[in-house]
Amino acid sequence: MRTPVFVLLEIVAGAALFLILRAVNNDYLFFAGYTVLQFIVLSTAWNILGGYCGYVNFGSAGFFALGVYTSVFLYTVNQNLEELMPESLLPLMQAIFPLPLPVLILLGGIVAGLVGLGTGYLTLRLRGVFFAIATLALAVVLQTFVVNWSFVGGSRGAYVIPPSTVPVLGPYIQYLFLLMLLLVILSVTCARLIERSRLGYGFATIRDDELAAEACGVPTLRLKLIATVLSGALMGMAGAPFPYYIGYVEPGSAFDLSYAVNSIAMPMIGGTTWWAGPMLGAVLLGTLQQIATVTISSAVNLLIVGLLLIGFVIAAPDGIVGLWHTWTSRRSKA
Amino acid sequence: MTEPLLRVNRLSKRFGGFVALDNVDLAVTQGERVGLIGPNGSGKSTLVNCICGTLHNETGSVTFAGEKMDGLIAHERTRRGLARSFQLPRPFMSMSVADNIRVPLLYTVAARVGHHVSKAEADARCMELLKLVALDAKAARSPRDLTQVEMRKLELARAMAAEPKLLLADESMAGLSHSEVEDIVQLLLRLNERGITIIMIEHIMRAVMSFSQRLVVLVSGRKIADGKPDEVIKDREVIGAYLGQ
Repeated sequence: MRTPVFVLLEIVAGAALFLILRAVNNDYLFFAGYTVLQFIVLSTAWNILGGYCGYVNFGSAGFFALGVYTSVFLYTVNQNLEELMPESLLPLMQAIFPLPLPVLILLGGIVAGLVGLGTGYLTLRLRGVFFAIATLALAVVLQTFVVNWSFVGGSRGAYVIPPSTVPVLGPYIQYLFLLMLLLVILSVTCARLIERSRLGYGFATIRDDELAAEACGVPTLRLKLIATVLSGALMGMAGAPFPYYIGYVEPGSAFDLSYAVNSIAMPMIGGTTWWAGPMLGAVLLGTLQQIATVTISSAVNLLIVGLLLIGFVIAAPDGIVGLWHTWTSRRSKA
Repeated sequence: MTEPLLRVNRLSKRFGGFVALDNVDLAVTQGERVGLIGPNGSGKSTLVNCICGTLHNETGSVTFAGEKMDGLIAHERTRRGLARSFQLPRPFMSMSVADNIRVPLLYTVAARVGHHVSKAEADARCMELLKLVALDAKAARSPRDLTQVEMRKLELARAMAAEPKLLLADESMAGLSHSEVEDIVQLLLRLNERGITIIMIEHIMRAVMSFSQRLVVLVSGRKIADGKPDEVIKDREVIGAYLGQ
């Protein structure tokens, strides 16, 4: 299927989902749906570096939080324009601020992408478990930095008050849902394009054997940097609307371990070698977690993730996509 | 006198206190077939790695096609026409046999010609190379399904896909049967007939003697002989190194 047709189908499916939820007219579905969509973006982003290139990133929460705190920073700047800006710049800044949410998403992506680039330069000479530990350390360093940065709330956190409604759509949560839906379309299209391109071949050679890849002319370091930037930027974009979703952000929630765990578990459960794998994993795990939150307890979420991950690693290490391929190849042989 | 295609000048490489290469000189002319031999641990693979940029030499230099290679990383050297096969085959296991060949076409050939290689072009070239090594029937299979000799052929075909000027075949026949060795020698000869300069690094003397126009011997990181194969194998120092005299 050609990419424009695929994007069109995504838009149609997204629009159908949005209209169905609007018809049901229950805001909770938009709140729960937003979280699932956010996990689709996060797991697809993780998969670009972790699944395609084989570099396991434990620092997803750090990249996500960069997006979160980019929004918090710019929101706080807007709140304190008169104190922060010299008088000569004030009229210009008042014309620019407050920045619309799509611009914040873009800026969150740029900040996280740049940090991804820096991280790549510093850590991509490491492999395997050493790289994974370095990314985990990055998240810890970023969290420590944010905890000690009082402008964005420090350890006490920051309030971001979203408007209650937006023109045309109505409730603000529907606007957030729609933006996250667009990010899903962007990230999934991006992953699918990579998979079918020269870049996808290059990423696969890095995952299989870097030495052989270099011998074939693949610029492995450059490709790994591209993967880190893309992956980090998408994670940052997923984080940027979060303060407007949750209303109050503190480092503990923005750097929550569950983002790192879910970002890894969802592609592993869905399957890492196909663009649909992370999406399947995110829909399955994200929905289960939302159901568990309202029926049992939110504390049971990570237990579900852990048990499913253990189950899949033992029974289906290639995830749902791997199970599907095994089943279809058996059928074709029969 | 024409400039050699490859010139290695006083190349040295150490691993801690161990001297792997000690002031090695080597010159290979265009179209030549050179055999590089030496006992285990003599520095053959280290020399290949230094020439290809997988390892960095501490002193000395590598000049290829008139261009200094020092400072260039492995993929940049491949793009300039230096290709290698590995001692232990290293196929991309998640890809099909044909896709293994496609990688150098997409990255090396495309970079050299300066434009994207179309799918049709890449498919045609893949099949041509797979036919050359008699793997065309297994194009869609996984490398896991290949036998040892087929894996070696895939390794050579993948190196060839980069359209190299010089191919370094690092122990391409290790572990193969008599007929399989002959198969690979014939394949390398066919590649050489296409104008590709080949350095064969090998332990199987029968193969080395039938293939090489010139023989270079390394012992303990030093070059101890360089000349016609018939003369080199009679060299007292070479006999001493191999037989321990």
